[in-house]
Amino acid sequence: MRFGTRVAAWTGGLSALLVAVTVGSTMIGSVSLAPTGVVKAMLDALPWLSFEVPKATRIIVVKVRLPRIALAAGVGFALAAAGTVMQGFFRNPMADPSIVGVSSGAAVGAVAVIALGIQVPYGLPAAAFATGLVTAFAVYLIATEDGRTPVATLLLAGVAVQTFLGAVISYMLLHAGESLQDAVLWLMGHLHNADWGDVTVVAVTLPVLFPILLAYSRDLNVLLLGEEDAHTLGVEVERSKRILLAVSALVTAAAVAVSGVIGFVGLIVPHVMRLVVGPDHRILLPTSALAGASFLVATDAIARSGPAEVPVGIVTAAFGAPFFLYLLRTREVHAL
Amino acid sequence: MTDPIVEVRGVSVDLGGVEVLSDVDLTVESGRFVGLIGPNGAGKTTLLRTINGVLAPDDGAVRVDGQHVTALSASAVGRRVATVPQNTNLSFSFDVRQVVAMGRNPYVSRFGTESVRDRELVERALERTDVAELADRPITDVSGGERQRVLLARALAQDASVLMLDEPTASLDVNHQVRTLELVADLVSEGRTAVAAIHDLNLAAHYCDELVLLSDGRVLDAGDPEDVLTEENLQTAFDARAAVTSHPVTGSTYVTALPERDGDHETRVHVVAGGGTGSRLLYLLDAAGYDVSAGALSEGDADLRAALQLGLDVVETPPYAPVDDAAEREVRERVREAAVTVVADVEVGPGNLPNLRAASEADRLVLVEQRPFTERNYAGDDGWQAYEPLREHGRVVDPDDVVGAVESVLAGDPPQVTDAVADVEDG
Repeated sequence: MRFGTRVAAWTGGLSALLVAVTVGSTMIGSVSLAPTGVVKAMLDALPWLSFEVPKATRIIVVKVRLPRIALAAGVGFALAAAGTVMQGFFRNPMADPSIVGVSSGAAVGAVAVIALGIQVPYGLPAAAFATGLVTAFAVYLIATEDGRTPVATLLLAGVAVQTFLGAVISYMLLHAGESLQDAVLWLMGHLHNADWGDVTVVAVTLPVLFPILLAYSRDLNVLLLGEEDAHTLGVEVERSKRILLAVSALVTAAAVAVSGVIGFVGLIVPHVMRLVVGPDHRILLPTSALAGASFLVATDAIARSGPAEVPVGIVTAAFGAPFFLYLLRTREVHAL
Repeated sequence: MTDPIVEVRGVSVDLGGVEVLSDVDLTVESGRFVGLIGPNGAGKTTLLRTINGVLAPDDGAVRVDGQHVTALSASAVGRRVATVPQNTNLSFSFDVRQVVAMGRNPYVSRFGTESVRDRELVERALERTDVAELADRPITDVSGGERQRVLLARALAQDASVLMLDEPTASLDVNHQVRTLELVADLVSEGRTAVAAIHDLNLAAHYCDELVLLSDGRVLDAGDPEDVLTEENLQTAFDARAAVTSHPVTGSTYVTALPERDGDHETRVHVVAGGGTGSRLLYLLDAAGYDVSAGALSEGDADLRAALQLGLDVVETPPYAPVDDAAEREVRERVREAAVTVVADVEVGPGNLPNLRAASEADRLVLVEQRPFTERNYAGDDGWQAYEPLREHGRVVDPDDVVGAVESVLAGDPPQVTDAVADVEDG
């Protein structure tokens, strides 16, 4: 099969899966809805279509469930995309979107707002977004010397900064008092009380940023051969690295700002997709992102379908890890 | 000759405070195969990395095709210079074809995909380097030697006029070493230019049009292989003794590394040999630290070649000519000066009888016997008459024991009945 056809087939299939998971997830909740009602309500919400839908169904679908599901899809898409890029960038299977400190930085901002009650313009997401980006940029500056950023230095600088910020967060939690539970819930990752405003954050950033990552997916492939080889094969190594790092930090920060630290999606989904479609980022990146969206929508549906809601981060880890271990044992896995 | 395609002018490179290259000049004409040789750490790889733009020189300039490499974009350099690295980070399981297709990266625009021509060049590169049958295998599954050829295929797919190779044969078996360099030589004859760091001096001498000898980050010598590969140059660059001859079959310059001599080279040993019976003895005695002389040997004799390679003092006679009076006198003189004379398992005919007669006057004598004298006597009774006295006061040994025997006769040990003697007497 031609490469272009293969990419189209996989992205088409995974897009269809995402639609199916979205519809399925919208049906689930305290009030079970029929698939036809859900689809009609969704289509009715589109400005150029109109269907007859009971008012209650429309409110449940459009106002209650869909914002949360759309946010789950956007966040899953963003985290899996950023995770794919970071694993390739660092040539390290343990890399995930938080590796350069974006999540820790965002967590410091969020916990500061929640626990210390600091008031910031545009609220908690803005604070988290800003501190996440500042942290990533600081890590980048620490690791850069003479215009070069060795990935090993960047990795270690990221680990050190995360450890330091972990201490800061722990200290703030100690003094959080009554807001401790809110802070911990944020840290575990959450999608509840999502509104269309949160969705807008990812809906605006992803269509701009994801195409940039896609455009650099060929560079990412060549960078996997090592930076020196990549240079001789026509890649402007340091420039490509800067762009990949900056864009995936922005993508991660946008996701974390609205959903907290949802672990595992950015680590596991790229691995699973690499086992399925291979290491070529031109197909791996779009398929991982789409699979990440479906994965998070599905796990969030599980998270909220029980008698008491559990943070989605717990569900992603609880389901993702065993599934990954199963793949690890049944399929031939290479170094990455 | 055309314009230089690669021009390196006064290039110095510092890596971590160490000057790896200092004031290097190098001109490569289009359509030439240039070999970079030199000891480990001489700067061969660094020079290659400077030419392909991976390293920016601290001083000096590198021009490819008349353009400063540092001023070109990475993809512009990638279209002019293709590099075959010594090893590469290939831990991701791309299949072989994907790795080779990465050679087209300098040509494909950021949003474009590979064209039909790109794919054709990839297939052709796979064929030419003998890796077409591996095309669908993961690169992580192929052997080190196959990997090396995949990297060569990648460079071919790059379709650049200059090919840079860093130890292209390092992990290859003999067959693939030759095939790889033949392929590079073919590409050069088709008009490409190749610059290769090559460890094996003899492969370099055979395949390269020119050699550049690097030592301590400087160009020690450059030019035709036979002019660069001299014993003095090798001594300076590698700090090693080497014999430089021409290969008997290919005619290429041929280097043989020799062990460091131990000992003081004050004790003289004279060797009577011929027809290749003495080459190894000469080598062993020289390496053991004796001041060795040999002869008389006629021109064209294998032992004469060996003696000259080792730089020994030799009595020479014209080809096939008998040892005349003058030569015999010279041999006697050397036997007299020698503390020990060694007679190899040589075939004896009327022509070289004087050698044996001269040897019989030696103070201490070691006689190497592999075959009974009957089998190698072509001089009849004269032969026996000359040989008997040698057997009477010489120590008879196997060829491998010769150094030990020389030591022991020098020490004045009484002769022992060795196996060799017993064999001959039984026979």
